[in-house]
Amino acid sequence: MNNAKRFDLFRMFFSVLIALLISFVIIFLVSSEPVTAITTLITGPLKNKRSMGNVIEAMIPLIFTGTGVCIMFSANQINLATEGGFHLGGLVAAAVALKLGLPAGLSPVVAICLAALAGAVFCAIPAVMKIKTGSPELVSSLMINYLSLWLCTFIMMHFLQDPSVGSASYKLPAASELPTLVKGTNIHAGLLLALLVALFGYVFLFKTRTGYELRLTGENENFARYSGISIVKVILISQMVGGVIAGIGGSVELLSPIYTRFSWIALLGYGWDAIIICTLAKKNPLYTPLAALFLAYLRTGASIMARYTDVTLEIVQIIQGIIILLVVAEQFLSGMKHRMIAKEAKASLKEGEVA
Amino acid sequence: MTCLEKNIVLQMNHIMKIYSNGVVANEDVSIELEKGEIHALLGENGAGKSTLMKVLFGIESPDEGQILLNGQETSIRSPQDAISKGIGMVHQHFMLVPSLTVAENIILGVEPRKKGVFIDMEKAVSAAEEIAQKYNFDIDVRTKVEEIPVGIKQKVEILKALYRGADILILDEPTAVLTPQETDELFVQLEKLRDNGHTIIFISHKLDEIKKICNRATIMRSGRSMGTYEVKDISTEDMSRLMVGRDVVLTFEKEEAKPAGVILKVRDLSVRNAQGVLKVDNLSFDLQGGEILGIAGVEGNGQSELINSLTGLNKSYQGRIFVKETDIEKSSIKEIRDLSVAHIPEDRMTSGCAGNLNILENLFSNQYTDPEYSGKMLLKVKRIQARSVELIKEYLIKCRSFRQNVGMLSGGNIQKVIVAREFSTGPGLIIANQPTRGVDVGAAEFIRKRLLAFRDAGCAVLLVSADLNEVFSLSDRLAVMYKGKFSGVFTNVADVTEEELGQYMLGLKHQEEQEGVIYE
Repeated sequence: MNNAKRFDLFRMFFSVLIALLISFVIIFLVSSEPVTAITTLITGPLKNKRSMGNVIEAMIPLIFTGTGVCIMFSANQINLATEGGFHLGGLVAAAVALKLGLPAGLSPVVAICLAALAGAVFCAIPAVMKIKTGSPELVSSLMINYLSLWLCTFIMMHFLQDPSVGSASYKLPAASELPTLVKGTNIHAGLLLALLVALFGYVFLFKTRTGYELRLTGENENFARYSGISIVKVILISQMVGGVIAGIGGSVELLSPIYTRFSWIALLGYGWDAIIICTLAKKNPLYTPLAALFLAYLRTGASIMARYTDVTLEIVQIIQGIIILLVVAEQFLSGMKHRMIAKEAKASLKEGEVA
Repeated sequence: MTCLEKNIVLQMNHIMKIYSNGVVANEDVSIELEKGEIHALLGENGAGKSTLMKVLFGIESPDEGQILLNGQETSIRSPQDAISKGIGMVHQHFMLVPSLTVAENIILGVEPRKKGVFIDMEKAVSAAEEIAQKYNFDIDVRTKVEEIPVGIKQKVEILKALYRGADILILDEPTAVLTPQETDELFVQLEKLRDNGHTIIFISHKLDEIKKICNRATIMRSGRSMGTYEVKDISTEDMSRLMVGRDVVLTFEKEEAKPAGVILKVRDLSVRNAQGVLKVDNLSFDLQGGEILGIAGVEGNGQSELINSLTGLNKSYQGRIFVKETDIEKSSIKEIRDLSVAHIPEDRMTSGCAGNLNILENLFSNQYTDPEYSGKMLLKVKRIQARSVELIKEYLIKCRSFRQNVGMLSGGNIQKVIVAREFSTGPGLIIANQPTRGVDVGAAEFIRKRLLAFRDAGCAVLLVSADLNEVFSLSDRLAVMYKGKFSGVFTNVADVTEEELGQYMLGLKHQEEQEGVIYE
């Protein structure tokens, strides 16, 4: 590991530490039982099997969307449609489960594959618009998420709705449910798929030809073009692969034991969370499980804390906010980094004089 | 003489500035300004002029060195701080609000107030008129900035700085955007300012302008000051020698060129830039294997447009370009590269590399699809690594390992990475645009020797360079580009003198009949 990378890692931990410390101060200010609250926040998730299970369950969708965003952001395609892609993936999975009547084993596989396809097509829309009309994908992908939300709601209400429940689909058949891995928790087979996807994302970005093209374009588009790389291909492929992963994520989430019906009538926010994951993982899919674990742990801890003490769940958003601010703030600790670099540069100047 | 007698207003001593990517832009620069002088800051692109001025104007903070203002050590923390200390800067790209009037632009940020809240427009206009009159600037301050020509915009910028009380005025390449008439007018104004006791720093690389207007000149080269000279005592030749360091005379043992058939054929090529200006004007030439065709010329005479068209970066041109008999009109950049064309780009940081990726990743961007280095999907990482190690060794790239980010290397080493990448494919045609610009002497010589070796091996080389010495010592044929045409072509380079070449470069001379441009 070179100095720059080591410094980044140090800065990351330092950011987390500062964010936690600030949140502790806030807890001390607002709570009548601050020590209990903080202890619950930190150790709550480890108290029993069910809480530990909750952490792992919450991790799974974050790994998917986080990996998808890592791939798109690596190519400098700031596509935020993972949110909508995830949502659409859930709907497609519900539709397959309810309408096709496939046997157990086959049903989730088909559902996941079709959801992947839907995600790819969905996330490709901003890409195609960028290629054809030059519209920035940031804006178009942001707006298109609402299209996904209302389209999914419309389809659910008209084709899948269970009239006895109202705003939810019929109950999903048992044949479509993903198997549970650990008894007494909701940890499901989606975890394995999520880890596989993170690994795939890493191999794709760092070991394949296409991944190399993506990263080169992401770092310097002029250089990529000059080298003979097709930028159009990179724009399209990066966003489609991101969409595939988002779609899979949505379907896995819906088919997990956590949900019994398609009842998503608001965006779930996993697409936004993905940006946090991508930032923490420094755009490397291999680190998304770690980043997802951290965020999931924090959120589970906060929700336990909110249940048993007088501190509300929102504290977690403060912590998240501070971490992201510090991690993305180029200037944070830049003086220290600059001194390090200046020292190296001066040393090599001296070396040059000797040689 | 003591400081008092000479009235030194500003001293910058031993300034060192290292950027956060590890690039040392100023290694050890000192400059001294006398009250009431026009002081030229002279140097090539990348010599560190702008960095030094950014340090003075508070945009960058120096890593070492001191700044003395009127004999007092001071630190300048921000542009606001600089302005309050009487330092003003006129940037090359104007910082004006087009939809506001001249007066509004001048008072922006330091508005006269009515009742502490409202802008006192009457006062603003009269203050602007007053300052324009004081310095003899003939400007209607009620006109909107978007409606006035470039020359006047620049005057507004100068007035803006004067209005804020600037005693020291930094002008960053002020004549780059001006017509000759506007330039003359600017010089008259600058002389008046000087006579009023203002001190002016004039950043430029146009030697004749410096001769015309400046009292003293500090010359910079690759992050160091090469000394300060009385302009009347130094010849332009000496200035240019100090600036580009041509005292290192290059002589290469060159074998007779062994022409090996036409590889590049250009016919009636015309290229317009994005603004519709004709930059390459009906150009035709041939280039054979085993020879180096040098193209000299003042920058901006169509060299970039020519090269972008040859390499596929620009596809909107008229005329025909053949590489090894293939018309490349419809070819993509990749397809052109597949005709074994290598390209050393003009600006290594904008298109030659990705600073945040490591050396290995920068070495294979043009050949990762080679079956040697990748299968249909996966990269052959082991082989790529092994080859990187070889290339780093062969091209003497100074680094810790191939995992080091390219942005952390020095300019010369970055250039070597680019050259290693482009040369390692075994090219049949090398298009080299300023291959040694801003590169240290050792690296430059290394790159030149490589170019010669390729030529001896039968490769065709098109060399565009602003470095006359380089063009002279390497070229088998030499063309001078002026306003999109070849103003002169010389088949025997030894017969041309530098003075003659200069006259062709400035368009003072033009060959009516040219021989040896086309082989047919």
